[in-house]
Amino acid sequence: MNRRQITLITTFCAAILLIGVVVGGLTLGEERLSTNLDIRNASPSLEHPFGTDHLGRDMLTRTLKGLTVSIGVGVIAAAASAAIALVLGMLAATMGKAVDAAISWLIDLFLGVPHLVALILISFTLGGGLKGVVAGIALTHWPSLARIIRAEVMQLRSAEYVQISRRLGKSRWWVASRHILPHLFPQLLVGLVLLFPHAILHEASISFLGFGLSPHQPAIGIILSESMRYLTSGMWWLAFFPGISLLIIVRAFDTLGDNLRLLTDPHRAHQ
Amino acid sequence: MPTQTKSKPILEVEELSISFAQYTSGLRQSSLKVIADLSVSVCPGEIVAVVGSSGSGKSLLAHAILGILPGNAAISGSIRFAGQKLTAEYQEAIRGREIALIPQSVNYLDPLMQVGKQVRNAAKIARGSSPDRAAARKIQREAFARYNLAPEVERLLPFQLSGGMARRVLVATALVSSARLVIADEPTPGLDDAAVRETLGCFRELADQGRGVLLITHDIETALEIADRIAVFYAGTTVEVAPVQDFSGGGEALRHPYTKALWRSLPKNDFAPIPGFQPHPNALPEGCLFQPRCPMATPECTAGRPEMRAVREGMVRCIHAS
Amino acid sequence: MGLVPFILKKLLRMAALLIALCILSFWLVSYSPLDPVQAYVGADMTRVSSEQSEMIAEYWGLNKPPLERFLHWGSAVLHGDLGTSMIFRRPVAEVIGERFMASLALMSTAWLLSGVLGFALGAVAGMKQGTWADRLIKWYCFTLASTPAFWLGLLLVMVFAVWLGWFPVGLGVPAGKLADDVTLANRIYHLILPALTLSILGVANVALHTRQKLVDVLASDYILFARARGEKGLQLFWRHGLRNVALPAVTIQFASISELIGGTVLAEQVFSYPGLGQATVQAGLRSDVPLLLGIVIFSALLVFVGNLAADIIYRVVDPRIRKGESA
Repeated sequence: MNRRQITLITTFCAAILLIGVVVGGLTLGEERLSTNLDIRNASPSLEHPFGTDHLGRDMLTRTLKGLTVSIGVGVIAAAASAAIALVLGMLAATMGKAVDAAISWLIDLFLGVPHLVALILISFTLGGGLKGVVAGIALTHWPSLARIIRAEVMQLRSAEYVQISRRLGKSRWWVASRHILPHLFPQLLVGLVLLFPHAILHEASISFLGFGLSPHQPAIGIILSESMRYLTSGMWWLAFFPGISLLIIVRAFDTLGDNLRLLTDPHRAHQ
Repeated sequence: MPTQTKSKPILEVEELSISFAQYTSGLRQSSLKVIADLSVSVCPGEIVAVVGSSGSGKSLLAHAILGILPGNAAISGSIRFAGQKLTAEYQEAIRGREIALIPQSVNYLDPLMQVGKQVRNAAKIARGSSPDRAAARKIQREAFARYNLAPEVERLLPFQLSGGMARRVLVATALVSSARLVIADEPTPGLDDAAVRETLGCFRELADQGRGVLLITHDIETALEIADRIAVFYAGTTVEVAPVQDFSGGGEALRHPYTKALWRSLPKNDFAPIPGFQPHPNALPEGCLFQPRCPMATPECTAGRPEMRAVREGMVRCIHAS
Repeated sequence: MGLVPFILKKLLRMAALLIALCILSFWLVSYSPLDPVQAYVGADMTRVSSEQSEMIAEYWGLNKPPLERFLHWGSAVLHGDLGTSMIFRRPVAEVIGERFMASLALMSTAWLLSGVLGFALGAVAGMKQGTWADRLIKWYCFTLASTPAFWLGLLLVMVFAVWLGWFPVGLGVPAGKLADDVTLANRIYHLILPALTLSILGVANVALHTRQKLVDVLASDYILFARARGEKGLQLFWRHGLRNVALPAVTIQFASISELIGGTVLAEQVFSYPGLGQATVQAGLRSDVPLLLGIVIFSALLVFVGNLAADIIYRVVDPRIRKGESA
């Protein structure tokens, strides 16, 4: 088996895993989450592979639902961030030196504050909750992708066929929609997928700290934050399984993005 | 100029092929043969030039002899050094001691190390396991003095050298190695006339010390000035090996149609370009590699690859040559 | 450009960015629906009458229009006065200074440890490119990059503090001890687990970067020539690899202070370590606006200083830039 076949297979596996988690999270019934004090604080078993919590809720179900919430929030926030990156990257590349300088300055400004601190500030501004997390992640994660898009657009603009189109008197919009956007699409897609892991990790972190979703929307960060209270009691499964599931999901998204980049990058096609 | 020496060759390359693994379309892996059935030999005290167009993979010949090809390269054929077959272990043992490389450009020097130190390192390795600082320094200073490099040059970094200085430093690494075979890979491009002449003088000097020099170049005029024998490289193989004297007049003494055409294409001769292009390694023609561009081609030329055979004082890969 | 004009230019840019950051952050928090008065009073909002609440607002200047408040705050900041923390009831600068000293011990330990370890791992992986050692190190680094910092902290607490009982579960100093009785050994003892958490995570970035750089160096023409001269193995690394890879590694480590601060916030929360990170979370959760603003600006300052240090080191150490200018 050669490298490219392995890449394709791992991409496929990562995608299946992610789809499986989301489908599981959406279809698993609420009945496994109902309070059942008879089976509370049970360690992992065949019936409850991830154990149960202090209310007797099945941790596997909670984890899957929590991951689904986190993936959902992460994907929405990453998409918003990618949209910001696309707009600013294209503006920087096409609107002249002054705009370019202003946007590069803005990028420096946003990279200057540690992500988590910025997330806390933005989440505080919006009074916490879902919109705080989404806005926070969207507003903090765009700079690197914006730089990539800017560089890509700059390169495309100097390409000969674009130059010719412009001399033929095609409008900016025509050039942008016919020549630039289609070529940008693979980069944008890869950039978006590579934003997912960061977005999900940051969503989990900010929820863990108590700024994110409310305890009524049990995202994975909240489950882990709750587990902290039971650490000293030896109930290791409360923190272990949700955390490692989060790790696997983030890693799967990362693999997916990296592989997509390898598969779409013509320079790496022969490796 | 000494003609072909009668001594035993220091280097004999026979039927050397080098191919690379790569992905062609989709998921298929295939191998691309960049050098095919190349044969050439070098005797002590002799300069042999391998001449071919730029970017045709000639440098790989040097890398194959030194055993520093990249991991995805596969080679076949035989390379002998002083009569002994060059295996990977043997290559590792004699690299830098018996065989020295003079690379193309200043990029081949460590950008963050003073050039004097790099030459001293070469001297130390050439002298085996007991590196003596003072002795290495002495050897390096002598080499620098010989190539008109001021003493303060040894403390410069590569980016501070001029093109000519860089070339002399590179040649110095070969001089201090006391190697019996020196391989120079495109040593002249980007140099002005004086620097070219100076560099070529260095090679003659190395050869006159009894070393064999293999000069790999795309510049046939330079090669003609300095070499004793010329090996003409076309589409991944040698089509002719000829003594330098055969390159004269209208090229009547030359054996291969490509060599003749190449000779006539020089500005000082007819300046007549050869029609067509060299084939890409993954789209080689049937039979003789030069046949699609050859004015003398006959139907037999497409039948099979011609073998290398001796004609007069040289070798040729053409069924019509006499 | 000489070094001094270069630094001046960078400082000027940094000052402009900091000013913009002040404006932006102040504007952001002024729109927060969370009531700062509540932060001052604490949870017992029901016991406070509306008059009292207004008096508090008056005292903190909360009832004035945002612009006026900003000018007031901004001019104070310019004089080095970041205001008074509502939850600590002490000047923000003092709180930040004290908390930062605690965090500094944690961050610098983690920074050094992860830098050294990461460089070593990256160097091994790069030299052994394509072997199982390389694959293992790469796999480890990629997995670390996907690991939530707080979860790693939780794991370490479970294993080393709860199961093995080697370390305390939390707090920067032993509970119930007077500040004067706390010894250096106490502090170090409480520092180990959070520092370990941050070090383990910090390794990934510098290791992967060093590996990539070393792979590039090993594929370079000068390594090819060095091999042609008979150099091999470790000799190649000591002579050519190290000197060409060390500088980028140091630079990347300086430039990664932003991530280190993020990790510190999480680690301090997990280990209840009373540092700047914990203060950030408290300030955010309890709407302590002056402290939150102070921390945002201070953390940005740290990041800028880290980046500036990276730039300066590059210019001072890299002979291509250093000698290129004097020549």
